[in-house]
Amino acid sequence: MLKIENLHCSVGEKEILKGISLSVNAGEIHAIMGPNGSGKSTLAQVIAGHPGFEVTQGTIDYEGSDLLDMEPEVRAQKGVFLAFQYPVEIPGVTNAYFLRSAYNEIRKARGDEEMDPMEFLDLMEAKLKLVDMDTALLHRSVNAGFSGGEKKRNEILQMAVLEPKLAILDETDSGLDIDALRVVAGGVNALRKPDNATVIVTHYQRLLNYIVPDFVHVLAGGRIVKSGGKELALELEAKGYDWLVEAA
Amino acid sequence: MTGGGAQYSEAFAALGGGGPPAWLADLRKAALAEFSTLGFPTTRNEDWHFTSVTPIAERTFRSAKPPSGAPPLTELLEAVTGDPAWPRAVFVNGSFDGSLSSLGGLPQGVRVNTLTAALKEEPEFMAAHLGKLATFDAQAFTAFNTAFAQDGLVVRVPRELKVPLPLHIIHVADAQAAGCMLHPRLLVMVEELAEFAIVESFVSFNGTEYFTNSVAEATVGNGARLHHYKVQRESREAFHVGTMQVAQGRSSLFHSFSYASGAALSRTNIYAKLLGEGAEVQLNGLYLIDGSQHADHQTFVEHIAPSCASRELYKGIVDGDAHGVFNGKVFVDPEAQKTDGKQSNHTLLLSPTARVDSKPQLEIFADDVKCTHGSTVGRLDEIALFYMKSRGIGAENARALLTYAFAAEVLETVELDALRDGLEHIAFQRFTHTDQR
Ligand SMILES: Nc1ncnc2c1ncn2[C@@H]1O[C@H](COP(=O)(O)OP(=O)(O)OP(=O)(O)O)[C@@H](O)[C@H]1O
Ligand SMILES: [Mg+2]
Repeated sequence: MLKIENLHCSVGEKEILKGISLSVNAGEIHAIMGPNGSGKSTLAQVIAGHPGFEVTQGTIDYEGSDLLDMEPEVRAQKGVFLAFQYPVEIPGVTNAYFLRSAYNEIRKARGDEEMDPMEFLDLMEAKLKLVDMDTALLHRSVNAGFSGGEKKRNEILQMAVLEPKLAILDETDSGLDIDALRVVAGGVNALRKPDNATVIVTHYQRLLNYIVPDFVHVLAGGRIVKSGGKELALELEAKGYDWLVEAA
Repeated sequence: MTGGGAQYSEAFAALGGGGPPAWLADLRKAALAEFSTLGFPTTRNEDWHFTSVTPIAERTFRSAKPPSGAPPLTELLEAVTGDPAWPRAVFVNGSFDGSLSSLGGLPQGVRVNTLTAALKEEPEFMAAHLGKLATFDAQAFTAFNTAFAQDGLVVRVPRELKVPLPLHIIHVADAQAAGCMLHPRLLVMVEELAEFAIVESFVSFNGTEYFTNSVAEATVGNGARLHHYKVQRESREAFHVGTMQVAQGRSSLFHSFSYASGAALSRTNIYAKLLGEGAEVQLNGLYLIDGSQHADHQTFVEHIAPSCASRELYKGIVDGDAHGVFNGKVFVDPEAQKTDGKQSNHTLLLSPTARVDSKPQLEIFADDVKCTHGSTVGRLDEIALFYMKSRGIGAENARALLTYAFAAEVLETVELDALRDGLEHIAFQRFTHTDQR
């Protein structure tokens, strides 16, 4: 589904990703871990199409097409979704309107009929339950004044509504209390399908107890320095990153 | 660029001396003389530094003739924002049109008269109030209007009467207004403890190049409340100057909202004098311009009495080669202790060639006051745009949504639902080029 090869990317003069290669197949869950500032969010943002990063080398293939050649909205319409580490506040645009616009544009791009507001509200009701979120948040501006946990749930709500093929969750577990963590993990698991894939960026083994990864990768200094199975996360929890970073 | 009056002395003579009554003839003559002395303001005049009225000054507009035929009512009501059920006074090319107007819905006690009728029926009131607030010394456009105003509206709301529906004053210019000047005049008196709302819409029906120069003066009595909504959607080739001067009594409220999206060149002046203790003024506005449009707002709040509050929020959205101007003046008299003033002006520039000049001007002569102002000029938030796109929302729609969101904060201050919905709708349409919401 996703095939990243020798990806290098920079901001200005500064190279942040220094040759990343990673393959994600349908049905798989990958976890990406690694020290602060190692480039995890950068990788996630580059996949989503953030205009601030310049890809200087390498390729990303998504379902047989050149992902880097697509506008961010086209990527989303083709099923790529990024749950932001720092969700963006948009004062003046209600959550409901935002979601419906996104949902309908994606449907339109896929040649489906747009959904009318009433029908959409019904859909929302169901999705809100999935992430245990208060309906009132639908009628507030996107993320504006939301608590840290509410913002993260809102990301999962968006994911639940848009039903992506490839979901990348960037530290969606950070700042969540234990109950919220369980809700979010439950949401992610409920949305899993054999033809979908999920990439989870996290600092904590805890989330991986709920969402069990098939692969764990360690990103350090802009490179993947180690990959392994789910046991690798436990090992990292016990030993930290130093032994890997030094070895690399 | 002087001799503003000279250019118009023939037109003035054609009006037949400006009276009767005699005091009015004198007032008009004095106004014309002042206009002749002043000429049109140039950009050397501090109040007009960012707005050149050369396009107005270099033309000579004709006095408008009474129109032959008027737009059909249904089409007119579709063209304006607001509720068709509101009582309305319609002016076509500057002349009151009784058949399009409908004033029956106003409660008893509210007196609404045309300028002409008021001069006949309530001459003492008119002599006592016309031109008393909207003085014309050093105000060329007010002088121009005072000399030439032929029609307009005089509204009196008696004490303690809270009028449930707003009065909609619709100024419509059609193709016959081409090359003409329109000088509508409005005089409003809201007596003690009364409450009243006015919506003034300026629209065009196949209008082309004409010049609207409106003047309004309003007295808000002790404990009274006046809401004034101005919706300026003139023809894109038209020129518009609108001046409103308000005097407020003790514990009164004046709430003004100015929406401007029309005219090639427009200037709105809103001046409030806080004369009674504990009065409050709220001045809000939104302008949306593109192409080569120019829109200028000047507000002036004079804190004369102590313990008054002023609140101001103006937003502008400027696209293309358009030029926006905001000048917010606040004066605090030495007597006006405990003044509480807050002014914000935010502008969104949508194109590299869009421009804005924003100038707050605070003159504070009392020591126990709280006055703040904030001004920002920005472009669409790239991160927010990316966030929206990353959810599948196309670039154009994302920009439109963000632009609309910028406007929403100030549109929300419109308390009349039908007007707010109408303005939201036209703003949204303008940004999305669609009709869905
Ligand atoms: N726009 C930018 N300009 C300059 N440097 C940047 C920019 N964006 C990211 N960086 C730098 O790139 C490096 C990687 O950042 P990134 O956010 O990808 O790290 P991360 O692995 O997600 O860290 P964390 O675990 O703290 O979230 C950091 O050193 C960061 O300062
Ligand atoms: Mg990060």
